[in-house]
Amino acid sequence: MKNTSLNISIKNVSKSYDQFHALNDISLEITSGEFMTLLGPSGSGKTTLLMVLAGFTNPDCGSVKFGNEEVILKPPHLRGIGMVFQNYALFPHMSVEQNVGYPQKLRGVSKAETQESVEEALSTVKLDGLGHRGVHELSGGQRQRVALARAIVFKPKILLMDEPLSALDKKLREEMQIELRQLHDALNMTTVYVTHDQKEALTMSDRITVINDGKLMQLGTPNEIYKNPSNAFIADFIGESSLLPVSVNKSQISFGPETIKTASPPAQDGKFLLVVRPEKAFVATDKEEGVNYFSGVLLDSIFQGESQLLVVKLAPLDGEAQTLRVRVPNGSITQEALPPVGETVTIGLKVADSYLVS
Amino acid sequence: MSATSDHLNQDGLKKLAARESLTFLGLTLPYLLMVALLIVIPVGWLFYLSFIGRDGTFSFENYERMVTSRSYMRIFITTFKISILTTIICTLIGYPLAYFMSQLSRKWANICMVGVLIPFWTSLLVRTYAWLVLLQKKGLLNNIALDLGLISEPIKIVHNTTGTLIGMVHIMLPFLILPLYANMRAIDKDCLKAASSLGATPTRAFWTVFFPLSLPGLFAGLLIVFVLCLGFYVTPAILGGGRVIMAAMKISSNIELYFSWGAASALGVVLLIVTAIILYIASKLVSLDQFGNK
Repeated sequence: MKNTSLNISIKNVSKSYDQFHALNDISLEITSGEFMTLLGPSGSGKTTLLMVLAGFTNPDCGSVKFGNEEVILKPPHLRGIGMVFQNYALFPHMSVEQNVGYPQKLRGVSKAETQESVEEALSTVKLDGLGHRGVHELSGGQRQRVALARAIVFKPKILLMDEPLSALDKKLREEMQIELRQLHDALNMTTVYVTHDQKEALTMSDRITVINDGKLMQLGTPNEIYKNPSNAFIADFIGESSLLPVSVNKSQISFGPETIKTASPPAQDGKFLLVVRPEKAFVATDKEEGVNYFSGVLLDSIFQGESQLLVVKLAPLDGEAQTLRVRVPNGSITQEALPPVGETVTIGLKVADSYLVS
Repeated sequence: MSATSDHLNQDGLKKLAARESLTFLGLTLPYLLMVALLIVIPVGWLFYLSFIGRDGTFSFENYERMVTSRSYMRIFITTFKISILTTIICTLIGYPLAYFMSQLSRKWANICMVGVLIPFWTSLLVRTYAWLVLLQKKGLLNNIALDLGLISEPIKIVHNTTGTLIGMVHIMLPFLILPLYANMRAIDKDCLKAASSLGATPTRAFWTVFFPLSLPGLFAGLLIVFVLCLGFYVTPAILGGGRVIMAAMKISSNIELYFSWGAASALGVVLLIVTAIILYIASKLVSLDQFGNK
């Protein structure tokens, strides 16, 4: 079931509702066969962008090309895309088979061929033999699979997904993330995936486009986005970082009275934020070179299964409370020796793991 | 199971459950009594009366007359004809309107809904007489048409089937629109988007997805309109001008003119049974909640 896929080229797309800029001059190249995730908080414009690709929302201006073909003026039913909706949008008056066969029926595909492609699609999403069921007899996860089968049965070159896993419970969601990714690799269609769940985006994507306030904030691989967030919004949104205010004066970085070193020296003076990833920070016993140290009071220590989350209260800066989150792996020596809540602890962060965002 | 120490508070919890059942019984009792007093007993009495002949003894003469008399046959035909036509016209007008309203934003849909409901809240008699004023020979409609030169002499649009239909459609329309609109509102708009993304033209998406999903609401509306039409009295009596005789009017004349409670009762019983049969068949054809549990 290999497909030829298409690249998507989005140029200068803007859309406003009254004074509200839902999309602000977005340009984005999605390469053929890529798994691209549009990531952002709710109201960021990510779904609007997906709806522009699908043809359900007309932007004020801009261009969308599938391959070399301009599609911005085409109605949705002529765009030939597969789409999976957040609430599945299965047809309740049709059986599973009829749902999946619907696009084939519209295309005038013969009965025998439809039957064959429906079975193939159902088997791709691991729902063999459930064709005769009614949609209401299925669990949430199964409905999601039917929606997926329906979107891929006619072998579209582009697959759009609008938060398809948000209604599933955590365990099923995580299983489906891996399955969807495998499916994408097997079918090789260009996939645009919308989510507000940063972990989901990191798990599944080839590249991630972070969108906020209708603007494109950063575009990169999950690794790049996680390691080098280009601004404070992304550093805060991706992962569960603590952001500490620092000031830079002649390449000298200071956090209150303390001096801090970073992996790469700052290019200019001014106010910045130090990003502390909780899994990079650690509880220090003695001091070494090449590590930044912060001392504070252990405010909370929460057991979370695979790890223990420490919340450390640092000395307030300019009247504002500063807290650091530190993740300690379960079963580690550090966890065994954790001080009780209320004690003073010293937290270390390697210079190599220290970086600033504006 | 006995109440041992293993079953903590079992007796107390049982009492709570019993008290809850009692509360529900208490709440429904007034209604049950009302149904018994105002429906079951009178209908039973009607049923009994329908088997009492002119001479006061048990007989089937009231029912025999219905089968043998041509005038009764004509009344049944008229009743069904008017009811079916009203239902069809209501559907032709109401379905597009309900569809239009369901596609509007909530604000505009509510404004339209007020337009549907204002006549609904106005007295039936007032509306029927208003139609009489509008439709009569020297009424507003004929005058305007004459002035515009559309017609050369007044046309007869009241005191006949046409007038009856106009009045009845107007009165029945909200009964069709209300359940239909509620049903259409509940149809997931993403289903139509999905159909469209899968390649359906707007027309195709409407007929393959929206229309089938609106059927439960349509059937509910049709059924209410049809059943109400079967027993309708005021509007056909006034706008029909004595030329359109429906079952309810015959019942009334049996009592008021001929003092024949037996004949009236028999007609009432037949009407009731026909309605019950229609409801039963309809419930078998479409289970109205077949798309529930969304």
